Amino acid sequence: MPVESLFPRLEALLPKVQKPIQYVGGELNSTVKSWDETTVRWALMYPDAYEVGLPNQGVQILYEILNEMPETLAERTYAVWPDLEALMRAEGVPQFTVDAHRPVRAFDVFGISFSTELGYTNMLTALDLAGIPLEAADRGEDDPIVLAGGHAAFNPEPIADFLDAAVLGDGEQVAIAITEVIREWKAEGSPGGRDELLMRLAESGGVYVPKFYDVDYHADGRIQRVAPNRSGVPWRVHKHTVMDLDEWPYPKKPLVPLAETVHERFSVEIFRGCTRGCRFCQAGMITRPVRERSITTIGDMVDAGVRASGFNEVGLLSLSSADHSEIGEVAKGLADRYEGTNTSLSLPSTRVDAFNIDLANEFSRNGRRSGLTFAPEGGSERMRKVINKMVTEEDLIRTVSTAYSQGWRQVKLYFMCGLPTEEDVDVLGIADLARKVIKAGREASGSRDVRCTVSIGGFVPKPHTPFQWAAQASHEVVDHRLKALKDALRGDKEYGRAIGLRYHDGKPSIVEGLLSRGDRRVGKVIRAVWEDGGRFDGWSEHFSYQRWMDAAAKADLDVDWYTTREREENEVLPWDHLDAGLDREWLWQDWRDAVNDVEVEDCRWTPCYDCGVCPTMGTEIQIGPTGKKLLPLTVV
Amino acid sequence: MPVAQRLRVRYAKRGRLRFTSHRDISRAVERAVRRADVPVAFSAGFSPHPRISYVGAAAPTGVASEAEYLEISVTRRCDPELLRAALDTSLPPGLDVLAVVEATEGSLADRLECSAWEIRLPKADSALAVAAVEGFNAAERVDVERLTKKGLRRFDAREAVLSLEVVEGTETTAGQASSQPCVILRMVVRHATPAVRPDDVLTGLRLVAGFAPPVPPEVTRLAQGPLDVGTGEPADPFGLDREVTRGGETEPVGGHVGGDL
Ligand code: SF4
Repeated sequence: MPVESLFPRLEALLPKVQKPIQYVGGELNSTVKSWDETTVRWALMYPDAYEVGLPNQGVQILYEILNEMPETLAERTYAVWPDLEALMRAEGVPQFTVDAHRPVRAFDVFGISFSTELGYTNMLTALDLAGIPLEAADRGEDDPIVLAGGHAAFNPEPIADFLDAAVLGDGEQVAIAITEVIREWKAEGSPGGRDELLMRLAESGGVYVPKFYDVDYHADGRIQRVAPNRSGVPWRVHKHTVMDLDEWPYPKKPLVPLAETVHERFSVEIFRGCTRGCRFCQAGMITRPVRERSITTIGDMVDAGVRASGFNEVGLLSLSSADHSEIGEVAKGLADRYEGTNTSLSLPSTRVDAFNIDLANEFSRNGRRSGLTFAPEGGSERMRKVINKMVTEEDLIRTVSTAYSQGWRQVKLYFMCGLPTEEDVDVLGIADLARKVIKAGREASGSRDVRCTVSIGGFVPKPHTPFQWAAQASHEVVDHRLKALKDALRGDKEYGRAIGLRYHDGKPSIVEGLLSRGDRRVGKVIRAVWEDGGRFDGWSEHFSYQRWMDAAAKADLDVDWYTTREREENEVLPWDHLDAGLDREWLWQDWRDAVNDVEVEDCRWTPCYDCGVCPTMGTEIQIGPTGKKLLPLTVV
Repeated sequence: MPVAQRLRVRYAKRGRLRFTSHRDISRAVERAVRRADVPVAFSAGFSPHPRISYVGAAAPTGVASEAEYLEISVTRRCDPELLRAALDTSLPPGLDVLAVVEATEGSLADRLECSAWEIRLPKADSALAVAAVEGFNAAERVDVERLTKKGLRRFDAREAVLSLEVVEGTETTAGQASSQPCVILRMVVRHATPAVRPDDVLTGLRLVAGFAPPVPPEVTRLAQGPLDVGTGEPADPFGLDREVTRGGETEPVGGHVGGDL
């Protein structure tokens, strides 16, 4: 079946929309392969605007790996803004890929990467524009397999009705495996239609096909059980873990957009996983164990990526970048290599300690010392014990003093509000901490010109974490505490002016909480919100709390039951049949420990505490040091 | 490091890359300069930036161009043709470097006196277009309004238009010619303040004769340069530089646009 480019029809609409460049593709290092010479074709979507989606590492990695495979093609698609959506509907232009502007419906797989649940409504827009039925049950042989991945796919139940399949964990190997299953099935003449294809995927044990599972409920609304409804389908579906990241040095050729995007840099993931054990952190829990990239691979990737892209900023990514066993050598090696050039380095996620100031100094060697960011997350010592963020006030003050004394003028502090067991005094503790930071900064720098910005996010309990049983704080409680904090800072004559406060109201967190810990019954609310015009829920100017509450009320769904209700140990959780490797008993014990202010160490430096991941998944911690150094490259 | 040489660059934005904004282009050029290892000079100061300056008024977002200009300062002497080839391969297809010459005396900006534009009007009625152009050419003044950064401005769009005519051609979509006939306007416009742009002339045609294109027009800047009074067309602004130095030049390639498959 020939597939024609939609571009001529799209082109006529582009002069009428904002930032048309985001829809035309043609990025440096993008790939357009022949449709007819390939047999398995993927459309990959990041369900947000191009400016957010283009830099997404997950999509870029899969795009490159799939396109490297013979007879396989991958193209990208993003959420279109409402102005173009309206024109596409009026002119009958379907959802398109930006690479060759092919219709999404013509592909074999429509893979969507969800880093957050707030992309769900955008998925529905894309499906609808593509002409793919919203509900999986209504799809036919000509529709692609709609497949979800990304962190939110660890509980895909709220969107189960819209998905044909979901995969958990690292995508590199499973994307290849899925491609081969589809290729074989197509080569055999697609026996048994899409049902058989889904069955073959499900039998592999690594792909979750929601429709092969039935959910039964108790009369009180709790889940009674989730069970396969046909033989051959596994009871639990496991996550995927790539071991040896050095074998997967992607992205090799980063996409360089013409349009402006949120991250204008080349990013290298220096390790995956994190075992610091912060209890609120879903990413840390579901990506275990820690697997480092070696210093040599990091050095090679940075060099190749900078050359291939022309970016002048390099980001070293991970969940806690300063934890790499050879981060000091990496930082020094890269700083030496790029000394005197205009290539700058950044280390987005760091923890609080003195060592990091040395790192930061390395990274800013030929730049300015503007701002440093730390994330104590909890305002009081007790709160930090509950969330297992092992930072003492002393540590923090000592670290920021060092920073200020070495010429840094601005410190950013990240906190959360609405944490389990939190009381007003814990949030007011943030003001105390900020005051002490400024006081120490003034003493250390001998200047009154020091600033501190406090950013506060609302806490949302996430699946596969010890807080999966916790009651989420209501938005009233969160707003009340934030107001008290604001008043405390505003009333402070001595330090208040040096402290900036950034926060959002608590309402969006409630919707996020509903989607995070929701079950299949939440799907109809998502659909109703979308039908009512809900789009781009991650954007405050588009998000409407009222729309979500109205839709929930109409669907007779009790939002509090899903969010502010604490769960019992033995309640079946909607994602219990999806295996992140974490032992349920360990998670429960960690939840109990949290409530009792008991901390747990990092298993990289202390004995394994049996979270369950390594034995279940057949994985192990992979860390250095390798003892190698980066060779300086001559930059001409 | 001191500046060893200044180079003048003519580049095109073609096909779907006509939707780049000026900011998009300047980011792409900065990256291409790094990828191509061009020894670009940097400004002094707290946040040094590469010394690349854009000359003349950029063709608006959505308008293609065969004649955009920039100047780049380098710390080491470069062969203009090698630099042209290196920059061209480092830019995405559709942003194409056409010519590079070493700068000589005199300001390039002063030489960009006028532009030649082509406006393709698919599906437009040719007789109506001819009548509208006649009406426009016959008018003394054609006052138009346009929303600029400084708010709504009203100005004369007639005087700056040195010539305006209807030529026949065939329709193109995404760079592929079809056999459909298509109305094409061709005009030479003197650079003035406020700048009279092709869309202002189209507004003028609507005001003068009620002429409105049924689908969005495809506009291309064909050339910029000093006005050649003999031909009434812009001459090559690099002419002077070339007389003094040897420079590389490749002609714009006719059908090459960054269109889709
Ligand atoms: S199983 Fe043990 S070693 Fe592996 S991540 Fe869990 S605690 Fe760490």
